[in-house]
Amino acid sequence: MDSLFNLFISAVFVENLALSFFLGMCTFLAISKQVSAAFGLGVAVVFIQTITVPVNHLIYYYLLRDGALAWAGMPSVNLSFLGLICYIGVIAAIVQILEMFLDKHVPALYNALGVYMPLITVNCAILGGTLFMVERDYNFAESVTYGIGTGVGWALAITTLAGIRERLKYSDIPAGLQGLGITFITAGLMSLGFMAFSGIQL
Amino acid sequence: MANDTKKIVTGPIIDNNPIILQVLGICSALAVTTKMSTAVTMCIALTLVTAFSNLLISMIRNHIPSSIRIIVQLTIISTLVIVVDQLLKAFAFGLSKEMSVFVGLIITNCIVLGRAEAFALKNPPLASFWDGIGNGLGYSVILLVVGVIRELFGSGSLFGVQILSLAKDGGWYVPNGMLLLPPSAFFIIGLVIWAVRSWKPSQVEKPEFKIQSAHRTEVS
Repeated sequence: MDSLFNLFISAVFVENLALSFFLGMCTFLAISKQVSAAFGLGVAVVFIQTITVPVNHLIYYYLLRDGALAWAGMPSVNLSFLGLICYIGVIAAIVQILEMFLDKHVPALYNALGVYMPLITVNCAILGGTLFMVERDYNFAESVTYGIGTGVGWALAITTLAGIRERLKYSDIPAGLQGLGITFITAGLMSLGFMAFSGIQL
Repeated sequence: MANDTKKIVTGPIIDNNPIILQVLGICSALAVTTKMSTAVTMCIALTLVTAFSNLLISMIRNHIPSSIRIIVQLTIISTLVIVVDQLLKAFAFGLSKEMSVFVGLIITNCIVLGRAEAFALKNPPLASFWDGIGNGLGYSVILLVVGVIRELFGSGSLFGVQILSLAKDGGWYVPNGMLLLPPSAFFIIGLVIWAVRSWKPSQVEKPEFKIQSAHRTEVS
């Protein structure tokens, strides 16, 4: 239990996907103009990340891994090269299913998150989370924790950045830095702040 | 035609750069630039994937129903990325370990999907191919600039060859360790954007809020 909690903390702060691995940068910079929109997208990412990382873990563990097909009588088959195409297929499918499910059964949530759903398929943070899970060989419990942790970390980062940008709107910025430039510098400073968390162990 | 091709290829390098103007594909631009060797590998991989995915998608553009086009594009792109990944693992295993997940993340690199959506679905195969090459090069230029700055001043070397002699080995250069850490990548790209936009003022974004200068007499 302790190690799971540790993993969660490190996924949220120390190894924040947005600020220390630069994942999901495109949407991170594009959707961070308003806190409400950024928060909506953040919640959607937490949601999808919590589902896709464990699902991809099961697929990797029982279908693709070297020797994973032993239960089907094929112990020498190694399908891990198919990983990328499977993961992205799973992510696209889950996003689509969730979108339809929310539309039908939870319309309030659908109205809040709906516009961000298609963006999430191509958000590198989602695929990145899965790939890190595979590379680091997490077990099922760890992959659930890691999924939630990375999602929360990403949501935290984008909401904070949006908060800063809302304030920054009224400041006098040099012409060349207007918009994208100053956003990069802000993200850099935030990343510097998050570096302070490195080395934290519980 | 020759003129058009030239415009398609060179346009994205400065005037319509995918990273600093279209804001596409930033993730990997920041992550693989601590060393030149990984940056160059990433540039080549991304340029090839973009060019060929544009070519293939453009060839079948009239047969894809628009409701499932995203998944078709993703399938084509991930197939190409798997080829690149396997080639890297076979011929440059060390590099592929160093780049870890970032080769796989070419799939979700917005440049590839963005160009497929914006260009390949509407244009003939050859033009799309050149557009892919052009955008790949535009991406590479930024990556190489950032890579040179980070490796040269962060560890005093280029492609692993020592250029500036380090103080700890008796030389004169004290490396700036921050350049090897994630935040520096954000700063460098921010400054590159500043430089390019000062050079080409047409790229400057309009501020959302303008500070009014008032005369003393108006303020009472």
